Amino acid sequence: MSDEKQNIKILQGNEACVEGALLAGVRFFAGYPITPASEIAEGMARRLPKINGKFMQMEDEIASMAAIIGASLTGLKAMTASSGPGICLKQENIGFAAISEIPCVIVNAQRGGPSTGLPTKPSQGDVMQARWGTHGDHPMIALAPSDVSEILEMSVKAVNFSEKYRTPVMLLLDEVIAHMREKVTIPSIEDLEIIDRKKPSGTKEEFLPFKADEDMVPPMADFGSGYRYHVTGLVHNEKGYPTSEAKEVDQFLRRLTNKVELNKRDIIIKDEYSLDDASIAIVAYGSVARAAQRTVKLARKKGIKAGLLKLITLWPFDDDLINRLADQVDLMIVPEMNLGQMVREVQRAAEGKCRVIPYGRIDGDLINPVEILEKIEEEMSQ
Amino acid sequence: MKDIIEQYIRKEMFPHIWCPGCGNGIVLGALIRAIHSLNWKKDEIAMVSGIGCSSRITGYVDFNTMNTTHGRALAFATGIKMANPELKVIAVMGDGDCTAIGGNHFIHTARRNIDITAIIINNMIYGMTGGQYSPMTPTGKYGSTAPYGNIDQNFDISALAASAGASYVARSSIFNVNQSIKLMKNALLKKGFSVVEMISDCPISYGKMNQLRTPVKMLEWIKSTMVPRKSWEKLSDEEKKDKMPTGEFLDINIPEYTEKYQQICAIAQQEGGRNE
Repeated sequence: MSDEKQNIKILQGNEACVEGALLAGVRFFAGYPITPASEIAEGMARRLPKINGKFMQMEDEIASMAAIIGASLTGLKAMTASSGPGICLKQENIGFAAISEIPCVIVNAQRGGPSTGLPTKPSQGDVMQARWGTHGDHPMIALAPSDVSEILEMSVKAVNFSEKYRTPVMLLLDEVIAHMREKVTIPSIEDLEIIDRKKPSGTKEEFLPFKADEDMVPPMADFGSGYRYHVTGLVHNEKGYPTSEAKEVDQFLRRLTNKVELNKRDIIIKDEYSLDDASIAIVAYGSVARAAQRTVKLARKKGIKAGLLKLITLWPFDDDLINRLADQVDLMIVPEMNLGQMVREVQRAAEGKCRVIPYGRIDGDLINPVEILEKIEEEMSQ
Repeated sequence: MKDIIEQYIRKEMFPHIWCPGCGNGIVLGALIRAIHSLNWKKDEIAMVSGIGCSSRITGYVDFNTMNTTHGRALAFATGIKMANPELKVIAVMGDGDCTAIGGNHFIHTARRNIDITAIIINNMIYGMTGGQYSPMTPTGKYGSTAPYGNIDQNFDISALAASAGASYVARSSIFNVNQSIKLMKNALLKKGFSVVEMISDCPISYGKMNQLRTPVKMLEWIKSTMVPRKSWEKLSDEEKKDKMPTGEFLDINIPEYTEKYQQICAIAQQEGGRNE
């Protein structure tokens, strides 16, 4: 492809998210103003009316989450975007989307917390909230890109996963990558894999709206398509009607979690740098993974056999990968912009086979490559 | 009449969960008759509810139905209507659901004037959770969380909806069934946000704590309280105290939200918009 045909732009992370979402087929966005996510709503407000998509600024974060679920139920791919305080408010309806299996994407441009916290500073303090923010056992897919191009790519993936698995998907940005500008090659639609939800094919009379196929995902009918059914946040049977019958409840709730957990191999996205011969592994995600990649280069120059495992899919968590890596390396270090959240998952999955060390920073500044290297050297000297 | 109802209900969902003497069934019956009189296809109707006894209504009718989270029915309904304006969207809510936890969504849905019909079943109490006072419990009345009497002022739902920007606002009661059907039909036909407040009963929660222990006593109280709007206007302030007007309070034609959005799409596609 010649340069003039390539669609190359300098984009902000939030703008790249809009590009990716639109490419993936998002045609409904509802949001509420919040730093550092507002540019996503602003981009959607400009772009969606041009393609007969729907944009709404709702009265609050709760309503934004509700509106995208309602819209998705009519067949539109739907997204909302917010940050910590807003994501807290959305939790109730994220649970509703999970139990009623309605595809949607929630972008969280993470800022420092708790509460109003540090609105203009980056954080990775919401990674556990992403997994367990809404109450009860539920599935969750969360993706954490680490640069602007990857935001675009993962926005597409997030929409695809939500459609494929009929579940809410969280796209975890942080203030730095959300606001940073980088060169991005915008792919053409033909070069992308775009996934649409399965539609029912049987008769309308015999339609069982929550009867899953072998992949554990039920086909989904649009409201208004003639397949009339009931959607509820109550635990329900295959017909969609509320049930508290123990066997039905157990089967339903296990399927809900398993449709993501047992399809993990399809959902896990990761990158590895210099891991083959590594005896020290940095496990990082989001903008910190960029710093960690540089750390690996600096360490190698000093003769330290360091490598990087960059997690892009945070949830479901790849236990097996960490466990295998723990067989290989002597030390894992998990730098993150919080006081130690994903490090606990890494420690759990490593099963004591190697030392796993947290490195947390919560002052609102980025973690830089040198400080990760210093931490490694400090640990090596012990 | 029974035949009409049977065309619209999901028989396999019965028996329903409502207590003997509950007004929810009367409201549902009136709503079905209003819909039937319009010859609307079941496929084109989306009915959305929140949480509470009244919100179980959506499970019992054979439309595209959605029983959502507490107070959020109108926010979900807004997403449905905006995404597919061809659907006829009806939201059914209780008084606590709509005016307490859902109060913000209620006023903003009215403000947008989006083409949704809200049926609010006002039994003046949280019934499902055992009789706690709601924003509609009259001052001085009792609830399980107001054992010494309610000191809160209650809302006037109809006045609230009208001032917030709705196109059509009416009130009726489970005692005035024929009027209810007529008002619901008008509301359903209205292009814009329409509200019908249905005064209902809850003998086992509200009645028990307020000397209206039986369904008959509650109906008698409703009968003696409801006064047609025109008669109500002639009453003295003192007489108005214990009465509630019924009928239409607002019926205006103002631009509807999804139609206005279509105009925005046209502007964006022709001119590129101000920010381009």
